[in-house]
Amino acid sequence: MINLNNVTKIYSSRFKNNEKIALKGVSFNVNQSEFVSLVGKSGSGKTTLLRLILGEEKPTEGKIYFEGTDLTKIKPAHLYKVRRRIGTVFQDYKLFPTKTTRENIAYVMEVMGASDEEINRDVEQILDIVGLKDRADSFPDELSGGERQRVAVARALIHRPDIILADEPTGNLDPYNTLEIVKLLLKIHEMGKTIILATHNKELVNYLRKRVVTLEDGRIIRDEEKGRFIL
Amino acid sequence: MLASFKRVIKSGFLSFKRNFSLNISTIFVVFLAVSLVSFIFFLNLFSRILISDIEKRVDISVYFKEDAPSEKILSIKDEISKLEDVEKIEYVSADETMEKFIEKYKNDETIMESLKEIEKNPFYPSLNINAKTAQGYENIVNYLNKSVPQELIAKIDYFERKPVIDKIFSITSTVNKGGLVFGILFSIIAILAGFNTIKIAIENLKQEIETMRLVGASNWFIRGPFLVQGIIIGFFAILLSLIMIFILFGYFDGKIKSIEPSFSLMSLLFDNFGKLILLQLIVGVGLGIIASSFAIRKYLKV
Repeated sequence: MINLNNVTKIYSSRFKNNEKIALKGVSFNVNQSEFVSLVGKSGSGKTTLLRLILGEEKPTEGKIYFEGTDLTKIKPAHLYKVRRRIGTVFQDYKLFPTKTTRENIAYVMEVMGASDEEINRDVEQILDIVGLKDRADSFPDELSGGERQRVAVARALIHRPDIILADEPTGNLDPYNTLEIVKLLLKIHEMGKTIILATHNKELVNYLRKRVVTLEDGRIIRDEEKGRFIL
Repeated sequence: MLASFKRVIKSGFLSFKRNFSLNISTIFVVFLAVSLVSFIFFLNLFSRILISDIEKRVDISVYFKEDAPSEKILSIKDEISKLEDVEKIEYVSADETMEKFIEKYKNDETIMESLKEIEKNPFYPSLNINAKTAQGYENIVNYLNKSVPQELIAKIDYFERKPVIDKIFSITSTVNKGGLVFGILFSIIAILAGFNTIKIAIENLKQEIETMRLVGASNWFIRGPFLVQGIIIGFFAILLSLIMIFILFGYFDGKIKSIEPSFSLMSLLFDNFGKLILLQLIVGVGLGIIASSFAIRKYLKV
Protein backbone atom coordinates (compact mmCIF):
# COMPACT_ATOMS: atom_id res chain seq x y z
CA MET A 1 0.00 0.00 0.00
CA ILE A 2 2.79 2.37 0.97
CA ASN A 3 6.28 1.98 -0.32
CA LEU A 4 9.28 4.08 0.71
CA ASN A 5 12.27 3.56 -1.54
CA ASN A 6 15.64 4.76 -0.25
CA VAL A 7 14.17 7.97 1.17
CA THR A 8 16.44 10.69 2.49
CA LYS A 9 15.25 13.96 3.97
CA ILE A 10 17.68 16.73 4.78
CA TYR A 11 16.55 20.01 6.30
CA SER A 12 18.98 22.71 5.29
CA SER A 13 19.09 26.12 6.84
CA ARG A 14 20.37 29.28 5.19
CA PHE A 15 23.78 28.40 6.55
CA LYS A 16 25.29 25.58 4.48
CA ASN A 17 27.10 23.96 7.38
CA ASN A 18 23.90 23.69 9.39
CA GLU A 19 22.11 20.80 7.72
CA LYS A 20 19.98 18.32 9.63
CA ILE A 21 19.57 14.82 8.28
CA ALA A 22 16.10 13.71 9.37
CA LEU A 23 15.97 10.48 7.34
CA LYS A 24 18.74 8.65 5.55
CA GLY A 25 18.14 5.88 2.99
CA VAL A 26 14.90 4.65 4.53
CA SER A 27 13.11 1.86 2.69
CA PHE A 28 10.06 -0.03 3.91
CA ASN A 29 6.63 -1.23 2.84
CA VAL A 30 3.30 -1.10 4.62
CA ASN A 31 0.70 -3.57 3.42
CA GLN A 32 -3.08 -3.29 3.39
CA SER A 33 -4.66 -3.78 6.87
CA GLU A 34 -1.32 -3.69 8.62
CA PHE A 35 -0.76 -2.01 11.99
CA VAL A 36 2.74 -0.54 12.13
CA SER A 37 4.23 1.24 15.11
CA LEU A 38 7.08 3.62 14.34
CA VAL A 39 9.18 3.98 17.44
CA GLY A 40 12.29 5.87 18.33
CA LYS A 41 13.61 8.70 20.42
CA SER A 42 12.59 12.30 19.77
CA GLY A 43 14.31 13.47 16.59
CA SER A 44 14.73 9.95 15.24
CA GLY A 45 12.64 10.79 12.14
CA LYS A 46 9.16 9.37 13.02
CA THR A 47 7.22 12.58 12.41
CA THR A 48 9.24 13.40 9.27
CA LEU A 49 8.33 9.99 7.88
CA LEU A 50 4.62 10.62 8.45
CA ARG A 51 4.88 14.12 6.97
CA LEU A 52 6.46 12.65 3.84
CA ILE A 53 3.66 10.09 3.46
CA LEU A 54 1.10 12.89 3.85
CA GLY A 55 2.88 14.95 1.20
CA GLU A 56 3.52 17.75 3.70
CA GLU A 57 7.20 17.49 2.80
CA LYS A 58 9.06 16.29 -0.25
CA PRO A 59 12.02 13.90 0.20
CA THR A 60 15.47 15.18 -0.69
CA GLU A 61 16.14 11.82 -2.36
CA GLY A 62 14.19 8.65 -2.98
CA LYS A 63 10.61 7.79 -3.88
CA ILE A 64 7.38 7.39 -1.93
CA TYR A 65 4.50 5.46 -3.48
CA PHE A 66 0.92 5.44 -2.25
CA GLU A 67 -0.87 2.55 -3.96
CA GLY A 68 1.48 2.90 -6.91
CA THR A 69 1.24 6.68 -7.18
CA ASP A 70 4.56 8.50 -6.86
CA LEU A 71 3.87 11.18 -4.21
CA THR A 72 7.04 13.06 -5.09
CA LYS A 73 5.62 13.83 -8.53
CA ILE A 74 2.17 15.08 -7.52
CA LYS A 75 1.62 18.84 -7.82
CA PRO A 76 0.70 20.55 -4.51
CA ALA A 77 -2.69 21.57 -5.90
CA HIS A 78 -3.57 17.90 -6.49
CA LEU A 79 -2.30 16.46 -3.22
CA TYR A 80 -5.77 16.75 -1.67
CA LYS A 81 -6.86 13.72 -3.73
CA VAL A 82 -4.33 11.53 -1.89
CA ARG A 83 -4.98 13.17 1.46
CA ARG A 84 -8.67 12.33 1.23
CA ARG A 85 -7.67 8.68 1.33
CA ILE A 86 -5.63 9.22 4.49
CA GLY A 87 -6.92 9.96 7.98
CA THR A 88 -4.43 11.84 10.11
CA VAL A 89 -4.32 12.22 13.88
CA PHE A 90 -1.93 15.01 14.83
CA GLN A 91 -0.11 15.20 18.12
CA ASP A 92 -1.28 18.77 18.62
CA TYR A 93 -4.81 17.80 17.42
CA LYS A 94 -4.95 20.60 14.80
CA LEU A 95 -8.64 21.24 15.45
CA PHE A 96 -10.34 24.34 14.04
CA PRO A 97 -10.83 26.62 17.06
CA THR A 98 -13.93 28.36 15.69
CA LYS A 99 -15.72 25.12 14.81
CA THR A 100 -17.63 22.92 17.23
CA THR A 101 -16.80 19.22 17.73
CA ARG A 102 -19.52 18.29 15.23
CA GLU A 103 -18.28 20.84 12.67
CA ASN A 104 -14.64 19.82 13.08
CA ILE A 105 -15.53 16.20 12.33
CA ALA A 106 -17.96 17.08 9.53
CA TYR A 107 -15.41 19.29 7.75
CA VAL A 108 -13.59 16.34 6.17
CA MET A 109 -16.84 15.00 4.72
CA GLU A 110 -17.83 18.47 3.54
CA VAL A 111 -14.63 18.90 1.56
CA MET A 112 -15.31 15.53 -0.07
CA GLY A 113 -18.75 16.71 -1.19
CA ALA A 114 -20.85 14.32 0.94
CA SER A 115 -24.55 15.13 1.26
CA ASP A 116 -25.97 16.71 4.43
CA GLU A 117 -27.84 13.48 5.22
CA GLU A 118 -24.67 11.40 4.97
CA ILE A 119 -22.73 13.87 7.08
CA ASN A 120 -25.38 14.02 9.82
CA ARG A 121 -25.70 10.24 9.94
CA ASP A 122 -21.96 9.50 9.97
CA VAL A 123 -21.06 12.26 12.43
CA GLU A 124 -23.67 11.01 14.90
CA GLN A 125 -22.30 7.49 14.51
CA ILE A 126 -18.66 8.49 15.04
CA LEU A 127 -19.55 10.74 17.97
CA ASP A 128 -21.11 7.67 19.55
CA ILE A 129 -18.00 5.56 18.87
CA VAL A 130 -15.59 8.12 20.39
CA GLY A 131 -18.02 8.87 23.23
CA LEU A 132 -18.43 12.57 22.54
CA LYS A 133 -22.16 12.82 21.85
CA ASP A 134 -22.69 15.14 24.77
CA ARG A 135 -19.78 17.37 23.65
CA ALA A 136 -20.93 17.69 20.04
CA ASP A 137 -21.63 21.41 20.23
CA SER A 138 -18.59 22.37 22.32
CA PHE A 139 -15.67 24.31 20.88
CA PRO A 140 -12.12 22.88 21.20
CA ASP A 141 -11.17 25.27 24.00
CA GLU A 142 -14.07 23.88 26.03
CA LEU A 143 -12.76 20.32 25.76
CA SER A 144 -10.12 18.45 27.79
CA GLY A 145 -6.94 17.14 26.13
CA GLY A 146 -8.38 13.62 25.92
CA GLU A 147 -11.62 14.87 24.40
CA ARG A 148 -9.74 16.93 21.82
CA GLN A 149 -7.68 13.91 20.86
CA ARG A 150 -10.85 11.86 20.44
CA VAL A 151 -12.26 14.59 18.17
CA ALA A 152 -9.02 14.40 16.16
CA VAL A 153 -9.38 10.60 15.91
CA ALA A 154 -13.04 10.93 14.90
CA ARG A 155 -12.09 13.46 12.22
CA ALA A 156 -9.44 11.08 10.91
CA LEU A 157 -11.98 8.23 10.64
CA ILE A 158 -15.19 9.90 9.50
CA HIS A 159 -14.50 9.62 5.77
CA ARG A 160 -13.51 5.95 5.98
CA PRO A 161 -9.92 6.45 4.79
CA ASP A 162 -7.76 3.60 3.50
CA ILE A 163 -5.01 4.40 5.99
CA ILE A 164 -4.68 6.18 9.34
CA LEU A 165 -1.52 8.09 10.22
CA ALA A 166 -1.33 8.79 13.94
CA ASP A 167 1.49 10.99 15.21
CA GLU A 168 1.91 10.58 18.96
CA PRO A 169 -1.86 10.41 19.46
CA THR A 170 -1.41 9.73 23.16
CA GLY A 171 1.47 12.12 23.72
CA ASN A 172 -0.58 14.61 25.75
CA LEU A 173 -2.92 12.14 27.43
CA ASP A 174 -3.16 10.57 30.87
CA PRO A 175 -3.05 6.72 31.16
CA TYR A 176 -6.85 6.40 31.14
CA ASN A 177 -7.30 8.45 27.94
CA THR A 178 -4.28 6.71 26.38
CA LEU A 179 -5.99 3.36 26.87
CA GLU A 180 -9.21 4.74 25.38
CA ILE A 181 -7.39 5.92 22.24
CA VAL A 182 -5.50 2.61 21.93
CA LYS A 183 -8.75 0.65 22.15
CA LEU A 184 -10.20 2.93 19.51
CA LEU A 185 -7.26 2.38 17.17
CA LEU A 186 -7.48 -1.38 17.63
CA LYS A 187 -11.20 -1.27 16.91
CA ILE A 188 -10.49 0.62 13.68
CA HIS A 189 -7.76 -1.82 12.75
CA GLU A 190 -10.17 -4.72 13.26
CA MET A 191 -12.38 -3.05 10.65
CA GLY A 192 -9.54 -3.68 8.17
CA LYS A 193 -7.90 -0.26 8.20
CA THR A 194 -4.16 0.24 7.78
CA ILE A 195 -2.61 2.14 10.66
CA ILE A 196 0.81 3.74 11.02
CA LEU A 197 1.35 4.91 14.57
CA ALA A 198 4.34 7.05 15.52
CA THR A 199 4.98 6.93 19.24
CA HIS A 200 7.61 6.80 21.94
CA ASN A 201 5.19 5.22 24.41
CA LYS A 202 6.85 1.92 25.33
CA GLU A 203 3.86 0.46 27.22
CA LEU A 204 1.53 1.21 24.34
CA VAL A 205 3.73 -0.52 21.75
CA ASN A 206 4.30 -3.54 23.95
CA TYR A 207 0.56 -3.78 24.66
CA LEU A 208 -0.31 -3.74 20.94
CA ARG A 209 2.03 -6.60 19.93
CA LYS A 210 1.99 -5.51 16.27
CA ARG A 211 4.76 -4.80 13.75
CA VAL A 212 7.34 -2.41 15.18
CA VAL A 213 9.73 -0.32 13.04
CA THR A 214 12.46 1.27 15.13
CA LEU A 215 14.18 4.43 13.94
CA GLU A 216 17.42 5.88 15.19
CA ASP A 217 19.11 8.99 13.79
CA GLY A 218 16.99 8.83 10.65
CA ARG A 219 17.69 5.16 9.87
CA ILE A 220 15.64 2.01 10.38
CA ILE A 221 17.56 -0.13 12.84
CA ARG A 222 14.91 -2.79 13.47
CA ASP A 223 11.73 -4.00 11.77
CA GLU A 224 9.93 -6.86 13.57
CA GLU A 225 6.54 -8.52 13.34
CA LYS A 226 4.86 -8.59 16.77
CA GLY A 227 7.84 -6.65 17.98
CA ARG A 228 8.59 -4.87 21.21
CA PHE A 229 9.83 -1.43 22.04
CA ILE A 230 13.58 -1.84 22.44
CA LEU A 231 15.97 1.10 22.40
CA MET B 1 -21.02 21.07 -6.77
CA LEU B 2 -23.96 23.28 -5.75
CA ALA B 3 -23.91 21.74 -2.27
CA SER B 4 -20.19 22.54 -1.96
CA PHE B 5 -20.82 26.10 -3.18
CA LYS B 6 -23.53 26.56 -0.57
CA ARG B 7 -21.20 25.14 2.09
CA VAL B 8 -18.44 27.57 1.12
CA ILE B 9 -20.87 30.52 1.38
CA LYS B 10 -22.27 29.25 4.68
CA SER B 11 -18.80 28.62 6.05
CA GLY B 12 -17.75 32.17 5.08
CA PHE B 13 -20.71 33.69 6.93
CA LEU B 14 -20.13 31.45 9.95
CA SER B 15 -16.42 32.31 10.13
CA PHE B 16 -17.27 35.99 9.81
CA LYS B 17 -19.70 35.69 12.73
CA ARG B 18 -17.33 33.67 14.91
CA ASN B 19 -14.30 35.85 14.19
CA PHE B 20 -16.37 39.00 14.61
CA SER B 21 -14.08 40.75 17.08
CA LEU B 22 -11.12 40.23 14.71
CA ASN B 23 -13.23 41.31 11.75
CA ILE B 24 -14.33 44.57 13.41
CA SER B 25 -10.82 46.01 13.16
CA THR B 26 -10.55 44.84 9.53
CA ILE B 27 -13.94 46.42 8.70
CA PHE B 28 -12.77 49.65 10.31
CA VAL B 29 -9.58 49.83 8.22
CA VAL B 30 -11.40 48.94 4.99
CA PHE B 31 -14.07 51.53 5.95
CA LEU B 32 -11.29 54.14 6.25
CA ALA B 33 -9.86 53.12 2.87
CA VAL B 34 -13.29 53.20 1.17
CA SER B 35 -14.16 56.54 2.80
CA LEU B 36 -10.84 58.13 1.88
CA VAL B 37 -11.18 57.05 -1.74
CA SER B 38 -14.82 58.33 -1.77
CA PHE B 39 -13.68 61.61 -0.22
CA ILE B 40 -11.01 62.01 -2.92
CA PHE B 41 -13.65 61.18 -5.56
CA PHE B 42 -15.87 64.02 -4.33
CA LEU B 43 -12.93 66.37 -3.88
CA ASN B 44 -12.02 65.77 -7.49
CA LEU B 45 -15.66 66.40 -8.49
CA PHE B 46 -15.81 69.66 -6.49
CA SER B 47 -12.56 70.90 -7.98
CA ARG B 48 -13.82 70.08 -11.49
CA ILE B 49 -17.09 71.96 -10.86
CA LEU B 50 -15.15 74.91 -9.46
CA ILE B 51 -12.65 74.92 -12.32
CA SER B 52 -15.40 74.65 -14.92
CA ASP B 53 -17.22 77.55 -13.22
CA ILE B 54 -14.09 79.71 -13.29
CA GLU B 55 -13.39 78.78 -16.90
CA LYS B 56 -16.94 79.68 -17.88
CA ARG B 57 -16.38 83.18 -16.55
CA VAL B 58 -13.47 83.66 -18.94
CA ASP B 59 -14.46 84.91 -22.39
CA ILE B 60 -13.41 87.22 -25.20
CA SER B 61 -15.59 89.77 -26.98
CA VAL B 62 -15.49 90.69 -30.64
CA TYR B 63 -16.94 94.20 -31.14
CA PHE B 64 -18.36 95.03 -34.56
CA LYS B 65 -18.62 98.48 -36.09
CA GLU B 66 -21.96 100.20 -35.64
CA ASP B 67 -22.79 99.94 -39.33
CA ALA B 68 -22.12 96.18 -39.47
CA PRO B 69 -25.44 94.53 -40.41
CA SER B 70 -26.79 92.21 -37.74
CA GLU B 71 -27.53 89.49 -40.38
CA LYS B 72 -23.84 89.51 -41.31
CA ILE B 73 -22.81 89.29 -37.62
CA LEU B 74 -25.21 86.37 -37.08
CA SER B 75 -23.79 84.51 -40.08
CA ILE B 76 -20.26 85.06 -38.67
CA LYS B 77 -21.57 83.71 -35.33
CA ASP B 78 -22.82 80.55 -37.08
CA GLU B 79 -19.44 80.08 -38.76
CA ILE B 80 -17.49 80.55 -35.50
CA SER B 81 -19.79 78.20 -33.55
CA LYS B 82 -18.72 75.41 -35.94
CA LEU B 83 -15.09 75.67 -34.71
CA GLU B 84 -14.24 72.82 -32.33
CA ASP B 85 -12.46 75.16 -29.90
CA VAL B 86 -15.71 77.02 -29.19
CA GLU B 87 -17.56 76.10 -26.02
CA LYS B 88 -20.25 78.82 -26.20
CA ILE B 89 -20.97 81.85 -28.37
CA GLU B 90 -23.52 84.60 -27.79
CA TYR B 91 -24.61 87.58 -29.91
CA VAL B 92 -25.33 90.81 -27.99
CA SER B 93 -26.79 93.69 -30.01
CA ALA B 94 -25.83 97.32 -29.31
CA ASP B 95 -29.34 97.98 -27.99
CA GLU B 96 -29.16 95.07 -25.55
CA THR B 97 -25.79 96.31 -24.27
CA MET B 98 -27.28 99.77 -23.85
CA GLU B 99 -30.26 98.42 -21.92
CA LYS B 100 -28.03 96.42 -19.61
CA PHE B 101 -25.78 99.43 -19.07
CA ILE B 102 -28.73 101.69 -18.21
CA GLU B 103 -30.14 99.06 -15.85
CA LYS B 104 -26.79 98.82 -14.09
CA TYR B 105 -26.10 102.55 -13.76
CA LYS B 106 -29.61 103.96 -13.59
CA ASN B 107 -28.94 105.46 -10.16
CA ASP B 108 -25.68 107.11 -11.19
CA GLU B 109 -26.69 110.56 -12.37
CA THR B 110 -23.28 111.52 -13.80
CA ILE B 111 -23.18 108.48 -16.06
CA MET B 112 -26.82 108.90 -17.09
CA GLU B 113 -26.20 112.60 -17.91
CA SER B 114 -23.15 111.75 -20.00
CA LEU B 115 -25.14 109.14 -21.89
CA LYS B 116 -27.85 111.68 -22.70
CA GLU B 117 -25.24 114.14 -23.98
CA ILE B 118 -23.87 111.64 -26.49
CA GLU B 119 -27.41 111.37 -27.97
CA LYS B 120 -26.76 108.09 -29.68
CA ASN B 121 -25.97 104.48 -28.67
CA PRO B 122 -22.24 104.45 -27.91
CA PHE B 123 -22.07 100.63 -27.72
CA TYR B 124 -21.08 98.19 -30.43
CA PRO B 125 -22.82 94.95 -31.27
CA SER B 126 -20.63 92.09 -30.11
CA LEU B 127 -20.06 88.35 -29.99
CA ASN B 128 -19.07 86.92 -26.59
CA ILE B 129 -17.11 83.69 -27.03
CA ASN B 130 -16.10 81.01 -24.51
CA ALA B 131 -13.39 78.62 -25.64
CA LYS B 132 -12.67 75.14 -24.28
CA THR B 133 -8.98 75.82 -23.61
CA ALA B 134 -6.58 78.76 -23.38
CA GLN B 135 -5.09 77.70 -26.74
CA GLY B 136 -8.63 77.69 -28.11
CA TYR B 137 -8.89 81.48 -27.66
CA GLU B 138 -5.78 81.99 -29.74
CA ASN B 139 -7.16 79.73 -32.50
CA ILE B 140 -10.48 81.58 -32.50
CA VAL B 141 -8.72 84.97 -32.72
CA ASN B 142 -6.57 83.68 -35.61
CA TYR B 143 -9.73 82.56 -37.39
CA LEU B 144 -11.34 85.98 -36.82
CA ASN B 145 -8.29 87.75 -38.24
CA LYS B 146 -8.07 85.54 -41.31
CA SER B 147 -11.66 84.67 -42.22
CA VAL B 148 -13.80 87.59 -41.09
CA PRO B 149 -13.79 90.85 -43.12
CA GLN B 150 -11.70 93.18 -40.97
CA GLU B 151 -13.70 96.26 -42.02
CA LEU B 152 -16.62 94.89 -39.94
CA ILE B 153 -14.58 94.43 -36.73
CA ALA B 154 -14.07 97.37 -34.41
CA LYS B 155 -12.08 95.59 -31.74
CA ILE B 156 -11.19 92.18 -30.24
CA ASP B 157 -10.41 92.37 -26.51
CA TYR B 158 -8.34 89.15 -26.51
CA PHE B 159 -4.90 90.75 -26.26
CA GLU B 160 -5.78 92.74 -23.11
CA ARG B 161 -7.27 89.63 -21.53
CA LYS B 162 -4.63 87.13 -22.72
CA PRO B 163 -2.40 87.28 -19.59
CA VAL B 164 -5.43 86.74 -17.31
CA ILE B 165 -6.79 83.91 -19.48
CA ASP B 166 -3.40 82.19 -19.58
CA LYS B 167 -3.00 82.54 -15.82
CA ILE B 168 -6.44 81.11 -15.06
CA PHE B 169 -5.99 78.13 -17.37
CA SER B 170 -2.50 77.51 -15.97
CA ILE B 171 -3.87 77.50 -12.39
CA THR B 172 -6.78 75.21 -13.23
CA SER B 173 -4.48 72.84 -15.06
CA THR B 174 -2.12 72.73 -12.03
CA VAL B 175 -5.07 72.13 -9.68
CA ASN B 176 -6.31 69.32 -11.93
CA LYS B 177 -2.92 67.64 -12.11
CA GLY B 178 -2.23 68.17 -8.38
CA GLY B 179 -5.64 66.75 -7.51
CA LEU B 180 -5.00 63.69 -9.64
CA VAL B 181 -1.57 63.05 -8.06
CA PHE B 182 -2.95 63.68 -4.54
CA GLY B 183 -5.92 61.42 -5.25
CA ILE B 184 -3.84 58.57 -6.63
CA LEU B 185 -1.27 58.84 -3.82
CA PHE B 186 -3.80 58.80 -0.98
CA SER B 187 -5.88 56.11 -2.66
CA ILE B 188 -2.78 53.91 -2.87
CA ILE B 189 -1.99 54.53 0.82
CA ALA B 190 -5.57 53.73 1.85
CA ILE B 191 -5.72 50.61 -0.32
CA LEU B 192 -2.34 49.35 0.95
CA ALA B 193 -3.43 49.84 4.57
CA GLY B 194 -6.63 47.87 3.92
CA PHE B 195 -4.76 45.23 1.97
CA ASN B 196 -2.24 44.66 4.75
CA THR B 197 -4.88 44.51 7.47
CA ILE B 198 -6.77 41.75 5.64
CA LYS B 199 -3.50 39.97 4.90
CA ILE B 200 -2.41 40.05 8.56
CA ALA B 201 -5.85 38.85 9.68
CA ILE B 202 -5.56 35.84 7.37
CA GLU B 203 -1.95 35.16 8.29
CA ASN B 204 -3.14 34.70 11.87
CA LEU B 205 -5.13 31.77 10.55
CA LYS B 206 -2.09 30.21 8.87
CA GLN B 207 -2.25 27.04 10.95
CA GLU B 208 -5.93 26.53 10.23
CA ILE B 209 -5.35 26.90 6.49
CA GLU B 210 -2.55 24.34 6.65
CA THR B 211 -4.80 21.94 8.56
CA MET B 212 -7.51 22.37 5.91
CA ARG B 213 -4.95 21.32 3.32
CA LEU B 214 -3.78 18.34 5.36
CA VAL B 215 -7.27 16.94 5.86
CA GLY B 216 -7.92 17.01 2.12
CA ALA B 217 -9.56 20.36 1.30
CA SER B 218 -9.04 21.50 -2.27
CA ASN B 219 -7.64 24.97 -2.89
CA TRP B 220 -10.97 26.54 -3.80
CA PHE B 221 -12.69 24.98 -0.76
CA ILE B 222 -10.10 26.72 1.43
CA ARG B 223 -10.07 29.99 -0.49
CA GLY B 224 -13.86 30.24 -0.86
CA PRO B 225 -14.88 31.02 2.76
CA PHE B 226 -12.08 33.62 3.04
CA LEU B 227 -13.26 35.31 -0.14
CA VAL B 228 -16.83 35.31 1.20
CA GLN B 229 -15.57 36.85 4.44
CA GLY B 230 -13.61 39.44 2.45
CA ILE B 231 -16.77 40.35 0.51
CA ILE B 232 -18.84 40.63 3.72
CA ILE B 233 -16.16 42.86 5.28
CA GLY B 234 -16.19 45.01 2.12
CA PHE B 235 -19.99 45.33 2.23
CA PHE B 236 -20.00 46.37 5.89
CA ALA B 237 -17.25 48.91 5.21
CA ILE B 238 -19.21 50.32 2.24
CA LEU B 239 -22.43 50.47 4.26
CA LEU B 240 -20.71 52.39 7.08
CA SER B 241 -19.03 54.71 4.60
CA LEU B 242 -22.34 55.44 2.82
CA ILE B 243 -24.05 56.21 6.13
CA MET B 244 -21.23 58.62 7.01
CA ILE B 245 -21.34 60.28 3.56
CA PHE B 246 -25.13 60.78 3.74
CA ILE B 247 -24.90 62.27 7.24
CA LEU B 248 -22.06 64.64 6.26
CA PHE B 249 -23.61 65.67 2.94
CA GLY B 250 -27.01 66.20 4.60
CA TYR B 251 -25.38 68.36 7.28
CA PHE B 252 -23.34 70.53 4.89
CA ASP B 253 -26.03 70.73 2.17
CA GLY B 254 -28.04 73.36 4.07
CA LYS B 255 -24.94 75.34 5.00
CA ILE B 256 -23.68 75.50 1.40
CA LYS B 257 -27.15 76.36 0.07
CA SER B 258 -27.22 79.41 2.35
CA ILE B 259 -24.04 80.66 0.62
CA GLU B 260 -24.69 79.41 -2.94
CA PRO B 261 -28.41 78.54 -3.40
CA SER B 262 -27.88 77.06 -6.87
CA PHE B 263 -25.50 74.38 -5.55
CA SER B 264 -26.85 71.25 -3.83
CA LEU B 265 -24.54 68.72 -2.25
CA MET B 266 -27.32 66.14 -2.06
CA SER B 267 -28.04 66.51 -5.79
CA LEU B 268 -24.32 66.07 -6.46
CA LEU B 269 -24.39 62.89 -4.34
CA PHE B 270 -27.48 61.46 -6.07
CA ASP B 271 -26.21 62.41 -9.55
CA ASN B 272 -22.97 60.52 -8.90
CA PHE B 273 -24.37 57.74 -6.71
CA GLY B 274 -23.85 55.02 -9.32
CA LYS B 275 -20.22 55.98 -9.83
CA LEU B 276 -19.68 56.22 -6.06
CA ILE B 277 -21.13 52.74 -5.43
CA LEU B 278 -19.05 51.28 -8.25
CA LEU B 279 -15.90 52.90 -6.86
CA GLN B 280 -16.69 51.71 -3.33
CA LEU B 281 -17.39 48.18 -4.53
CA ILE B 282 -14.10 48.11 -6.44
CA VAL B 283 -12.16 49.35 -3.40
CA GLY B 284 -14.09 47.62 -0.59
CA VAL B 285 -15.00 44.26 -2.08
CA GLY B 286 -12.02 44.24 -4.44
CA LEU B 287 -9.68 44.73 -1.49
CA GLY B 288 -11.32 41.85 0.36
CA ILE B 289 -11.04 39.49 -2.59
CA ILE B 290 -7.53 40.43 -3.74
CA ALA B 291 -5.96 40.66 -0.27
CA SER B 292 -7.54 37.34 0.80
CA SER B 293 -6.34 35.62 -2.37
CA PHE B 294 -2.81 36.93 -1.94
CA ALA B 295 -2.63 36.04 1.74
CA ILE B 296 -3.94 32.50 1.29
CA ARG B 297 -1.91 31.75 -1.82
CA LYS B 298 1.36 31.13 0.00
CA TYR B 299 -0.25 28.64 2.41
CA LEU B 300 -1.75 26.60 -0.41
CA LYS B 301 1.62 25.32 -1.49
CA VAL B 302 1.89 22.94 1.48
